[in-house]
Amino acid sequence: MVYRQKNMSKFKDKDIQLLIGQVLRAGTVLSVSIVFLGGIFYLYRHGHALASYKPFIGVPDFVQHSPGIFYSAFSLKGQAIIQLGIILLIATPIMRVICSAIGFVLEKDYLYTCISILVLCIIFISMISGHAG
Amino acid sequence: MSVLVFTLIILIGSYFAGLLGSLTGLGGGVVIIPLLTIILNVDIHYAIGASLVSVIATSSGSAAAYVKEGITNMRLGMFLEIATTTGAMVGAILAIYIPTHYIAILFGLILISSAIISLQKKVEHITVQKSYLAQKLKLNSSYPTPAGVVEYSVGKVGGGFFMMLFAGVISGLLGIGSGALKVIAMDSIMRIPFKVSTTTSNFMIGVTASASAVVYLQRGYISPGLSMPVVIGVMLGALTGSKILVNTPSSKWLRWVFAIVVTFLAGQMIYNGVTGKI
Repeated sequence: MVYRQKNMSKFKDKDIQLLIGQVLRAGTVLSVSIVFLGGIFYLYRHGHALASYKPFIGVPDFVQHSPGIFYSAFSLKGQAIIQLGIILLIATPIMRVICSAIGFVLEKDYLYTCISILVLCIIFISMISGHAG
Repeated sequence: MSVLVFTLIILIGSYFAGLLGSLTGLGGGVVIIPLLTIILNVDIHYAIGASLVSVIATSSGSAAAYVKEGITNMRLGMFLEIATTTGAMVGAILAIYIPTHYIAILFGLILISSAIISLQKKVEHITVQKSYLAQKLKLNSSYPTPAGVVEYSVGKVGGGFFMMLFAGVISGLLGIGSGALKVIAMDSIMRIPFKVSTTTSNFMIGVTASASAVVYLQRGYISPGLSMPVVIGVMLGALTGSKILVNTPSSKWLRWVFAIVVTFLAGQMIYNGVTGKI
């Protein structure tokens, strides 16, 4: 009975691992492609401008704020497209954690479901704390 | 110089950083940040942001391959991620408030330590000791080798957890993957087989970097024009590196070359930090 259970969870482990691998790969490829696409638009428009990164002045407003990014991306502003790609890239490992959590629920491993949710909470808090202050 | 030329230079530089990083296992971030700050005169906040994003890209890309093989210990990774993400969040917040020249100096010191660690002889321990925490947390596992399935158990869970906390802070503060520190935690402290520690560490680096990247994103530290060539260059370099790695075993001399280059760059970072140029 225990042997059976152990075999079953190993089987599900493999399925989840496969899914996670696919999520990671898809997320990475998609986001880097978007970054590349944005890069082309960006260089086309700004290639001749002067590159200046020494004074730290943050990033332009249309890249910083959420509604602004989507609107600018659709207006084909290269930097906005790139930033969307970057946001997707940052989201990829987070999506992976969500997949892991789902996998643990399916395996009825409640300890690790909680641990995964805890990690997601920490990331969420990180997001909020970046905003404040 | 124009944006186009600037971007191309970064693209090429990042390519080599990614290539060397993947061949030696030290990661591209350690080369990119000195490259950007010292040679191209980029503010260190932008450099760290760009490097962090590239770390997510390479980590996710390579983790995708290893997870399928079934060597990564996902429960161990998930458990330790509690430590690394917390550390990463703390590190990213600290980065906002710590003056940049201290960050530069710390960067140089960590770089030198990583280089020294990477050169040391690694002894693999496979213990089958019984750790209460490891059993409670279902961390003990096995992994497939050509010779068959090897069982292993995980020791000193608490010690490993705290080392990971530290690794997370360093990653968030300096924008690197801290793969070296993570591997120490798992190899030496937790006594896990190499293949497992390397692949699991890789698996964790992405999430750790994401935890700090969200802070950097909010703060405007991630500049799209700068991050774009870094991410693309490092990804291509790492891809090339992994293809080469499959065909040739890693050579000692390459590790030495990298260690010397890294130490030189570290020295430059420390010097620039001390003299206030960064």
